[in-house]
Amino acid sequence: MNRLERVAWPLAALVLVALTIPWFLWGSTTVVAGFPIWLWWHVGWMLLASLVFWLFATRAWGLGIEPSERATGWGDRP
Amino acid sequence: MTLAVQLGIIVGYLLVALAVGLVAYRLSERTAEDFYLASRTFGTVVLLFTTFATLLSAFTFFAGPNVAYQAGPEYILVMGLMDGIIFAILWYVVGYKQWLLGRQHGYVTLGEMLGDRFGSRRLRGLVAAIGLLWLFPYVMLQQAGAGTALAALTDGAVPYAAGAGLITLFMILYVVVAGMRGIAWTDTLQGAFMLVMTWLSFLWVVVVLGGPGAATGTLAASDVGTEFLGLGSDFYSPQWMLSTAIVIGFGVAMFPQVNQRFFVAGSERVLKRSFALWPILCVLLFVPAFVLGSWARGLGLEMGADGNILPVILAEYTPVWFAALVIAGAMAAMMSSSDSMLLSGSSYFTRDLYRPFVDDGLTERREDTIARLVVVAFALSTFVASLYNPATLFELGEAAFSGFAQLALPVIVALYWRKTTRRGITAGIVGSQAFYLSSLFTATVPSTYAGWTAGIVGMLLGFVLTVGVSALTAPDADERRAIYFEGMRAD
Repeated sequence: MNRLERVAWPLAALVLVALTIPWFLWGSTTVVAGFPIWLWWHVGWMLLASLVFWLFATRAWGLGIEPSERATGWGDRP
Repeated sequence: MTLAVQLGIIVGYLLVALAVGLVAYRLSERTAEDFYLASRTFGTVVLLFTTFATLLSAFTFFAGPNVAYQAGPEYILVMGLMDGIIFAILWYVVGYKQWLLGRQHGYVTLGEMLGDRFGSRRLRGLVAAIGLLWLFPYVMLQQAGAGTALAALTDGAVPYAAGAGLITLFMILYVVVAGMRGIAWTDTLQGAFMLVMTWLSFLWVVVVLGGPGAATGTLAASDVGTEFLGLGSDFYSPQWMLSTAIVIGFGVAMFPQVNQRFFVAGSERVLKRSFALWPILCVLLFVPAFVLGSWARGLGLEMGADGNILPVILAEYTPVWFAALVIAGAMAAMMSSSDSMLLSGSSYFTRDLYRPFVDDGLTERREDTIARLVVVAFALSTFVASLYNPATLFELGEAAFSGFAQLALPVIVALYWRKTTRRGITAGIVGSQAFYLSSLFTATVPSTYAGWTAGIVGMLLGFVLTVGVSALTAPDADERRAIYFEGMRAD
């Protein structure tokens, strides 16, 4: 794993935490399709989080915990 | 009719749970590791749903919709951040590392893992004692809640003490027989049932009300319309939302019954899948449950006599049998969280207090027997306490999540920073606990700081103390500084 990825994954985690609550919609009362727009953002964000977690699990699992380079993927390594 | 249906469903649930427990018992080995951790063998579905049901059950059904009813649906965001994101990240940061260490060294509890690294029996005992300090009153509250719910459900035909007592007896029987394997299996059934029932309730109400647009329109037109639909309010300040999500998210990861689930995955693949599916599972439950609570407010429904809104909205818009099924399911869910707490409480006591301080040469077989006896003693003690419900214990139980959160940062520092010393982590743990307890029980230490809660300030204090004191002290000769860093591989 290159240095960029080592920095990018913790950053991605931080962004996920920071925008789970859409601060930029603070005070907004807009309703879209029966639900507040900030709720739609949140639902979409959780789906995105799941996708990011899945990418992390397949590409970078072990980062910060296991010592060195390793093959990645869903499986347990041989 | 309603009563008969509800009681029938509860009894039916208990019988199914017992049957599952008996099957699990037949498969179990007579060792403590099997009783506590099902020998670390869980697959994705069981791990995902046992964690889900343990974490979320009774609260999501009752307290969550109540908050949404009283203050607005923003609680979805707080819970989504807390459980769906922060807890998931901790599941990797703390959980995956704990899982690797547990497999490598046979750890069963958090205290055992820390005590081994820092060469300290006293640290091990301290972590267990703090765990029990917060867990005991929390279990007591569950029993009190079950007693109250049964009394309300039967209109007093089953008095409070009898209800709490019956549920205690059932839990003892169940936990002693089934152990972790049986508990996790029933959790799986229950988690799936809970999810399905929540969605059916939601869809039912949506159809009756003529679509989400109509339901939200009624809410918008009510006196709380702008406050509820607009993001944020006096109640939902950014400080409060963040404090709550962060403190409880970290607290959950240190709650004994959840922390112990970090040890139980059968393989790395199971952990990866659970981790990736987790946020979706959370949002699937929170959105329908809490939206129902806030709609109830717009519809002008009055809070129920037992202080819960969900039964009221179901009674209004769905048939009797359906509402009864949901309520009975929720009560069963309340019991299932308590099972796991009893089991983990027993493991903390047996493994980290009895074994190191009373009988060092305990055999596996004998530890298994003692663990089951401790389950009985623990449940009976919390039951007796629930009859009196003393104010101090009540307050400790209510604050348990924040209390556990104080442990998180010292533990994370120890897991990732080689230079952590025994004195450092001890200072961090003792200092943050002392601070947080003082904020609860004394007037000298305030409970909020410019909108931020004492829980989060205490966490920071624990972090600063752990790092600061570690930097200033040298490790003792019997500390095993490399143990958290060597051989960290899943295979």
